[in-house]
Amino acid sequence: MIEVRNLTHRYGGRVALSHVEFQVQRGEIFGLLGPNGGGKSTLFRILSTMMIPTEGHAVVAGHDVEREPAAVRRHVGVVFQTQSLDKALTVQENLRSQGHLHGLSGAVLRERMEGAMERLGLADRRKDLVETLSGGLRRRVEIAKALLHRPQVLLMDEASTGLDPAARRELSNHVQSLREQEGVTILLTTHILEEADRCDRLVLLHQGKIVAQGTPAELRARIGGDVVVLATGDTASLAGRIERQFGVRPSVMDGQVRVEIPNGHRFITEVVEAFPGAIESVGLHKPTLEDVFVRETGASIE
Amino acid sequence: MSSFFMPAATLWQRELVRFWRQKSRLLGVIASPLVIWLLIGYGSNTLGRFYSGALVLTVMFSAIFSTISIIEDRREGFLLSMLVSPAPRSSLVLGKILGAATLAWIQGLIFLAFAPLAGLHIDAAELLAVAGVIFLISFTLTGLGFVIAWKMDSTAGFHAIMNLLLLPMWMVSGSLFPLSEAQGWVKTLMRINPLTYAISLLNHTLRMPVVAPGALESLVVTIAFGLGLLAACSILAAQKNTRSAA
Repeated sequence: MIEVRNLTHRYGGRVALSHVEFQVQRGEIFGLLGPNGGGKSTLFRILSTMMIPTEGHAVVAGHDVEREPAAVRRHVGVVFQTQSLDKALTVQENLRSQGHLHGLSGAVLRERMEGAMERLGLADRRKDLVETLSGGLRRRVEIAKALLHRPQVLLMDEASTGLDPAARRELSNHVQSLREQEGVTILLTTHILEEADRCDRLVLLHQGKIVAQGTPAELRARIGGDVVVLATGDTASLAGRIERQFGVRPSVMDGQVRVEIPNGHRFITEVVEAFPGAIESVGLHKPTLEDVFVRETGASIE
Repeated sequence: MSSFFMPAATLWQRELVRFWRQKSRLLGVIASPLVIWLLIGYGSNTLGRFYSGALVLTVMFSAIFSTISIIEDRREGFLLSMLVSPAPRSSLVLGKILGAATLAWIQGLIFLAFAPLAGLHIDAAELLAVAGVIFLISFTLTGLGFVIAWKMDSTAGFHAIMNLLLLPMWMVSGSLFPLSEAQGWVKTLMRINPLTYAISLLNHTLRMPVVAPGALESLVVTIAFGLGLLAACSILAAQKNTRSAA
């Protein structure tokens, strides 16, 4: 459904995307995970036909974004990070105007609007001005709007920005059910781990490059075992001593020493006994996508 | 066909609905040209002479306010949803310009109600002609506003252009003094200023004394300017770019 080949984009001399390649299958929920400034938005703008890449190709729903933008637009629904609703209009008016932009009218449009409002739980808010709606509701209107023309592909850019965790979860459920019931292919960008975890597959983007790709489980499996995080006054010295004594390679970030190691609970007792007084606090967790990102880039996502 | 006209129609309608919901805009647009006209006109006992200029200023303010909304649409994101739709860009441009032009036209017509103060008495046939001319001017000025607003990302920039370009353009258009009385290089400026022909067209239609330019010349130049701007807007909006369109 989406094929990205050797995509490179420069803003003047600054490289925003560098030789990015991936494919998204029909009916997949595919995530682009990375920190802000990592290249997600650039990639998103290219896929949504808002700008053409300086090099490489992207094919969405069977059409090249550069050569056939109009065809891409017919098959793609886009939810932008920024709001794209007219606040001075009602929910219904926003949807109707969107339908008209897609050449829909009359009974067909009415039926699509009903369907979209029903699906996203907006039916009783149809006459409300958008400016009176909460952030979560507005997001739902955005999605309803993007689905009116029954796109094969839904592109969502940081769609949960500014939502509280409950609204975020609800949004994520809507996305899951869309894929299950309508077979819509979904590509979303996010810097929120929880959201990335619910994708079928992911690419991790850092400084315009793909640093890893796979299912969330595959990515986490790159880290053998557990992650142990040690807080200490002197990270460099502790990291050095751990490396010499335990033969593992710790990474140092934000005043903490991180160690990837099988059987982390055993390591913890050993490390605390080996360096009494040097460690201020100890944490142990199963690998998260954040850990994978740290491992691949040495930087944090947030 | 419907995939061309539906998007244009929906954007046209949107402009009207939005305007209706913020009626206070009307006051701002009509009040200041009215005050300028009354002050200059009463003060120098030339209400009739400045009437066309004041009417065009009303239309210009309205066109500017409406096209500034392109910058707001861009900032607030609505422009994005237009641009990712498959609607032809020319249809989006036409809808936006027609919507804004309709608003400017309505405000021009409201200003027309003050014509008796200028000593003008307009009969039904004249009213029709004047309404047509005001629409043509509205369309042209909206197109001009669109071209300026399209590449801008701040409304402050638009205000700067308005003060540096649009207002001087209005001043040397025959609104304050006729072409026949202009001197030196200002006269040349007036000759090449498309707005001169719009004012002259309005004066001809209102049967005000005009020496130059002639009625037909004024009509042709004004229409050509309007169509040229429409084409320019469509080309601007259809550009493919390696920078984001919105």
